[in-house]
Amino acid sequence: MPTEILMPALSPTMEEGKLAKWLVKVGDEISAGDVIAEIETDKATMEVEAVDEGTVAKILIDEGTEGVKVNTAIAVIAGEGGDISDAAEAAASAPAAPEAAPSEPAAPKGPEPEDDPEVPEGTEMVSTTVREALRDAMAEEMRADGDVFVIGEEVAEYQGAYKITQGLLDEFGAKRVIDTPITEHGFAGLGVGAALGGLRPIVEFMTFNFAMQAIDQIINSAAKTLYMSGGQMGCPIVFRGPNGAAARVAAQHSQDYSSWYAHVPGLTVVQPWSAADAKGLLKSAVHSPNPVIFLENEILYGQHFDVPKLDDWTVPLGKAKVVKAGSDVTLVSFGIGMAYVTKAAEELKGLGIDAEVIDLRTVRPLDINTILASVKKTGRCVTVEEGWPTCSMSSEIGFQIMEKAFDYLDAPVARVTSKDVPMPYAANLEKLALPSVAEVIEAAKAVTYTA
Amino acid sequence: MATKPKTAATRNQGGTHSRSRQSTSRTAKKTPAIAEFSKEQELAAYRDMLLIRRFEEKAGQLYGMGLIGGFCHLYIGQEAVVVGMQMALKPGDQVITGYRDHGHMLATGMEAKGVMAELTGRRGGYSKGKGGSMHMFSKEKNFYGGHGIVGAQVPLGTGLAFTNVYRGTDNVTLTYFGDGASNQGQVYESFNMAKLWHLPVVYIIENNKYGMGTSVERASSNVDLSERGASFDIPGEQVNGMDVRAVKAAGDRAIAHCRAGKGPYILEMLTYRYRGHSMSDPAKYRSKEEVQKMRTEHDPIEQVRKRLLDKKWAGEDELKSMDKDVRGLVGEAAEFAQTDPEPDPSELWTDILH
Repeated sequence: MPTEILMPALSPTMEEGKLAKWLVKVGDEISAGDVIAEIETDKATMEVEAVDEGTVAKILIDEGTEGVKVNTAIAVIAGEGGDISDAAEAAASAPAAPEAAPSEPAAPKGPEPEDDPEVPEGTEMVSTTVREALRDAMAEEMRADGDVFVIGEEVAEYQGAYKITQGLLDEFGAKRVIDTPITEHGFAGLGVGAALGGLRPIVEFMTFNFAMQAIDQIINSAAKTLYMSGGQMGCPIVFRGPNGAAARVAAQHSQDYSSWYAHVPGLTVVQPWSAADAKGLLKSAVHSPNPVIFLENEILYGQHFDVPKLDDWTVPLGKAKVVKAGSDVTLVSFGIGMAYVTKAAEELKGLGIDAEVIDLRTVRPLDINTILASVKKTGRCVTVEEGWPTCSMSSEIGFQIMEKAFDYLDAPVARVTSKDVPMPYAANLEKLALPSVAEVIEAAKAVTYTA
Repeated sequence: MATKPKTAATRNQGGTHSRSRQSTSRTAKKTPAIAEFSKEQELAAYRDMLLIRRFEEKAGQLYGMGLIGGFCHLYIGQEAVVVGMQMALKPGDQVITGYRDHGHMLATGMEAKGVMAELTGRRGGYSKGKGGSMHMFSKEKNFYGGHGIVGAQVPLGTGLAFTNVYRGTDNVTLTYFGDGASNQGQVYESFNMAKLWHLPVVYIIENNKYGMGTSVERASSNVDLSERGASFDIPGEQVNGMDVRAVKAAGDRAIAHCRAGKGPYILEMLTYRYRGHSMSDPAKYRSKEEVQKMRTEHDPIEQVRKRLLDKKWAGEDELKSMDKDVRGLVGEAAEFAQTDPEPDPSELWTDILH
């Protein structure tokens, strides 16, 4: 029986990759464990090993092909005693391999934001991944200011666990791109000390899940020192890294810390969605004289958005953005939550509901005025986030709307959040635990009293 | 000489030593030389220690009167440590410590008035009344706090030392912590990075024998805290922290090591606090005799006083007059701390963000 070799998923969030090189050719005998190909993901080049024994009957995807979806058949192996030409034919007549496996990650891709009033007219836009945008932001800031440096686990020689710091070591050297031991509490504190001493560290956490080891230094040392010193001693530092659920990494690696950090006076907390905002906000975070928590998302890293080609593109901290104007209901979200919201807004249009969509971008300070202006217009609000419901950003937004726009509300504020459970591993349960587009639509229908 | 119990198990000084560690940098572990002080040095050390002693006594008094609130950890008995170390520094070197910090502030040259007014929570305090006893800073004097979380200052001090390397200066950071903090994990995370990256930081463990109410023997598997850097190959010394000359000599060695780019150094200062852990601690966990013995036989200030008199470098009258000056200074600070107004209510909302 011929066996198909499928494009493997080489990381929890990989959806496609480049078939960089074949190390076998048609007619080669292979056995399990042989390296047969090299595949480039957006994070690394990986070797693919054969699982079965047999003879290579057909190469279905040429080397050098980019964007090969996970689970696409890339070659056919004739089993022992099998005829390789039969196998090749069988493969040719077989139904096409299923199109990738877009079920993972769960979050859908939304449309690009509408024209951005922050971008000067006529500016060239460059399609850029969030990953590249973050890297570019750091590189630009490091070129501009010798006091800016990056420190964290695997940021230098490994080029970043998620390849956000790719290329920085080559350009800036080991003095400014610093690999640490696995010692979050220690290097977070060291970074805060360096910031108190006048440097401008960018501390990368491999994920914010690991920053819980360091949260005392972030809150007690970074956030409070300016106040405790009567304004003498500021702490210009950025803590950044992926936050929230990735895909199938379960409870200890899937937590959204937005509301944890947003709770703390002295911190600025950012969670961008688009690449343009990721770049512009990270640059502003590095400029900030205050400690900034910069929450990224692994699923967004590989997504493309247009980024304005400008010498110094920055996005102000603390300023939400109306991504889509609308009149019937206000949808408020941030970070990857925007993926649900933008998709839901499109579908709601088909139902005759015109949603206004707000991307908070910064969750502390909360740009409540932008939300209130919208709610006063629409009279209805749905908040959407991947955090847990209790003491969430939604709790805060809902409360402030009640305090400041109570008389404008035509329905109670609704929220769509992760379920109040630790993140399960099983694919179906994970999907249930996360918010969904359907839930956003249901909530919007409920607050607009649409059947 | 301050002593502390040593157990056979932990000292292992005989020929049965079987550890495989081949360390080349651990030097002069138990043989601290005592620096000979000039008359000027003795007088300066005497005055600086006296200032801390009188200041702390006054702070204790104001606490008793309800003028100082919250936690207040006095440094009485430990004065020789910070004064001796400060004598070994040069301009630009940084100092950071934990919550028993009044002595460090005075030693770095911060004004008694500003420190005392912070203790009483007044607007003229170093943190405008918003920090209190445990949280004061002075950029001008290179004093980086004043930190209330046990051990948290250790990574911070390591980061200041990182700044010195990054900037290419030859400055050194003194990072003080206690025997209690020496059991915090982040201390060892810091040791590892400091040695790995050759950071110029002197870790000064002020071993006053008790982490709050728990003696070192009940808290530490190896009571020789100067060995705490052993697995990182950081040299360490035990120092008689009641003798300001021994402290200065050890400080000179440690700082020279750091300035030469050889990385961190550990000094375990064997010292003693006469008062409780904080003002609210009756210190029932130790005997009155133990405290009395330290006070009468090892007091850091009395030792210098005796030498000054013996060598006829100062007469009783001169020392009395110095004491009077110091009392005057502390009295003024206390007066200021009681008359200076509380912070304006608007200060509640300032200094949260730059």
